[in-house]
This record gives sequence, C-alpha cells and structure tokens, in this order.
Amino acid sequence: MKGFWHDAAEFFPILMNGVALTIVVTIGSLLLSTVLGLIWAMMRVSGIKALSMLSASLINVIRGIPIIVLLFYLYFVMPDLGVTLSALQAAILGLGIAYSAYQAENFRAGIEAIDKGQIEAAQSIGMGWWLTMRRVVLPQAVRIVLPPYGNVMIMMLKDSSQASTITVAELALQGKLIASSTFKNTSVFTLVALMYLTMSIPLILLVRHFEKRAGKR
Amino acid sequence: MIELSDVHKSFGKVEVLKGITASVAKGEVVCIVGPSGSGKSTILRCINGLESYDRGDISVEGLKVDRDAPSIVNIRTQVSMVFQRFNLFPHRTALENVIEGPLFVKKEPRAQALERGRALLAQVGLAEKADAHPPQLSGGQQQRVAIARALAMQPKAILFDEPTSALDPELVGDVLGVMRKLADDGMTMVVVTHEMGFARDVADRVLFIDGGVIVEQGAAKTVLNQPQHPRTQDFLRRVLHPL
Repeated sequence: MKGFWHDAAEFFPILMNGVALTIVVTIGSLLLSTVLGLIWAMMRVSGIKALSMLSASLINVIRGIPIIVLLFYLYFVMPDLGVTLSALQAAILGLGIAYSAYQAENFRAGIEAIDKGQIEAAQSIGMGWWLTMRRVVLPQAVRIVLPPYGNVMIMMLKDSSQASTITVAELALQGKLIASSTFKNTSVFTLVALMYLTMSIPLILLVRHFEKRAGKR
Repeated sequence: MIELSDVHKSFGKVEVLKGITASVAKGEVVCIVGPSGSGKSTILRCINGLESYDRGDISVEGLKVDRDAPSIVNIRTQVSMVFQRFNLFPHRTALENVIEGPLFVKKEPRAQALERGRALLAQVGLAEKADAHPPQLSGGQQQRVAIARALAMQPKAILFDEPTSALDPELVGDVLGVMRKLADDGMTMVVVTHEMGFARDVADRVLFIDGGVIVEQGAAKTVLNQPQHPRTQDFLRRVLHPL
C-alpha cells in the first residue's frame, strides 16, 4: 500500500495531463453530438418525408459502425482523400458523430412524448412549426430528455478512452505509456481507474438530480 | 362570417362528415349538439385547419381555409379555439399562457401584452392566479385561463370544443358563466356541447348532427323544445332524461 501512494505521488502529475485531454475530448464530442443529434431529431420530426428518411438512414449507418472503426476512418483514411485531421480533431469528430445517433433518438423520444394537444394549442394561436418547437415542445421535452442525456455524458467520458487508439494521449493512453515503461501495472491502472471514477461521480449525481426533477410534476 | 358548404371528410374508410353546409353570422352563438362520434368536433377542427377536409369549401371572412397554405396563420389568429382538455402550456404561468400568442405571434410590445393579459385574467375571475402554473389550478380555472388565452388573440370568433366535458360538475357553472358573458358582449361563438341548458338559454341557433349530416337546425328554443326529426327527439330524450 505504501508503494502505491509513493507511485501515485510520482505519476499523478503526468496522468493529470491525460485528464486534461480526456476532458477536452469529452466536452468537445458532447457538444458536437448534441448539435448533430438535435439536427437529426428535428429532421426526423419535421413532417417532411425526404428529410425524415435521410435522417433515419444516417442514424442507422452511424449506429451500425463501431466507434473505433469510425475513428480509424477519420484519422487514417481521410488523409488519402486530402483531408488531414489532427488526432484530437479526429477523436472529437468521430466520437461526436458516433454519439449523435444516440442523442438523436433520445431527443426524438422526448419530442414525441409531448401531448399532441400542446401542439394543437400552439397552432390554434397561430404558431408555425418552428415557433411551436421553440416555445412549446422543446422546453417541455428538455425535462424528459435530461436524465438519459446525463447517462450519455457518463458513457462519453468513458468512451473518450477510445481516442487512445488514434494516439490522443488522454488518460488511458497516458497510463498505458507509464505502465509499459515502469512495469508498475497495478499502481498505474488502479490510479487511472480511480481518476475516471472521480470524474464520473459528479455526473452520476447530476443524473440523479435530473431524475428527481423530471419526477416532479 | 364562417361559411361551410358541402364539406366532406373521411378518416381512412370512415366518412365522418357527409356534406355539411352551414354558416355562422357575426355576433351569432351557434351550438352544435349530437351523439358522440357524430362529427361535431371534426367540424370545429376543420374550421381552423387543425384537420384537413376532403371536399367542399370552408371560408372565414371570405378567406378559404386551407391548412397547407400560409394564410392559415391569418385564419387561426382570427378564430381562436378552446379545447376539451384545456391544453394550457404547463411550463408557463397562467399569465404567460395568455400573453404567449400576443407576444410571439402578433409581436405586441411586452408591456402592452402584460397589461391586457392581466385584464383578461381579471375578466375570467382569475386575477389573483396570474403567477400560478396550470397544474396548480383546478380544471375550471384552467379552462377559464384557456378562454383568456383565446381572447388574448382578439379573435373575431371563438370555437369551443366540449369546453365543460372534462370538468367536475360543480366547476361547470363558472366556465359557462364566462361563456355566457362573452355571448352577451357580442362575441361570435361556435360551441360543441352536451350542456342543453346552456344551448337553450344562450345559443341563437342549434345544429343537431348525427352520422356526419345536419339532421335538424333552427332557433335554439325551437330545436330543443319542439324537435321535429325523430332522431333529434330520441337524442334529446336520452340526454335530458337519462333514467
């Protein structure tokens, strides 16, 4: 145990560099997936057949490809097509696209859960599609969508470790590098696990808060 | 002001409106009565374009009702609607519900919309509930807020779709009282209702609808007191003397 604390003190600063990148990748891909997910969801419920079919097929294509393959594609194949991305850019883009499919389905479920009478009431005072969305549907859907959204945040934090496969030196890769050069596997990976857990706990509490709030009313 | 001529409407294979021809003049109160599933609500929903119709013509102040045309917004701001299940926006207060349309559809200045909103809530007897959210209000109070929301659009007519059917019996009177006052003030109203007392006392005319056609129509007291058609007689007997 004494050895662990000694190792921890030594490796902690280097691992913190990894934590910083983990946070950047998580927040970046969270924002991207939220924006894309909202766009797919809006297309899906637009009532315009071409848009809704396009969005449905996009979501299925994205869902059917493993995240790791998507990352390889963006990082190793895109340069052949003349688009060179940094490892960090490719990681955020890949995770953002991969998760946009799940976000879209979550948002769509929230939007479709709103009572049809609400939409009719909005129409009956002369609101158009967009105003109805903005003033009536989305504010109510947010309550429904937040708890699963919090879960996506936790999954994203953990899945950001997949960025290590395309050389982004986030927490998992940083740990692996230290472990392979010092052979202190136990100390290093225990520390890495504890650091992921520490970052997850605030998110877990946040989800619980969302769930309580959604349960009211 | 509202004209329907030979309006047909089907849901799938079921034809719910089989040629409805009727008109509502300015300042008139018309009650539509009839058994459930006879197409009463569908008529209202076609008038403000919540529902499309297959054949025939509907116009409001000479403007053709077409739910896919941009002009539908114009019609909906002139013809408000009050729903059976109130459909207030639960995430906004009573006052916010009332000023939503004036503020965001009609782009009224905020101060003016607020002032009118408060006056309308006072008019329906709910001045002190301005800051309450709908779930904190009784059904009768919610329906009166919904009437204030409809009035806030300064409509030329209001459509009421069974406005008291979802209310506890002791709350019905408050809502009908507000509607009666509106009628006295000269508002044009089309009311789908099962409240025969209200129809007899307040309506100028009554349409009795059954099976998607107008079976009988005329002055309220005539239709309700001396119905001519056997189907009207049978319906009224069952509604007025259920035992």
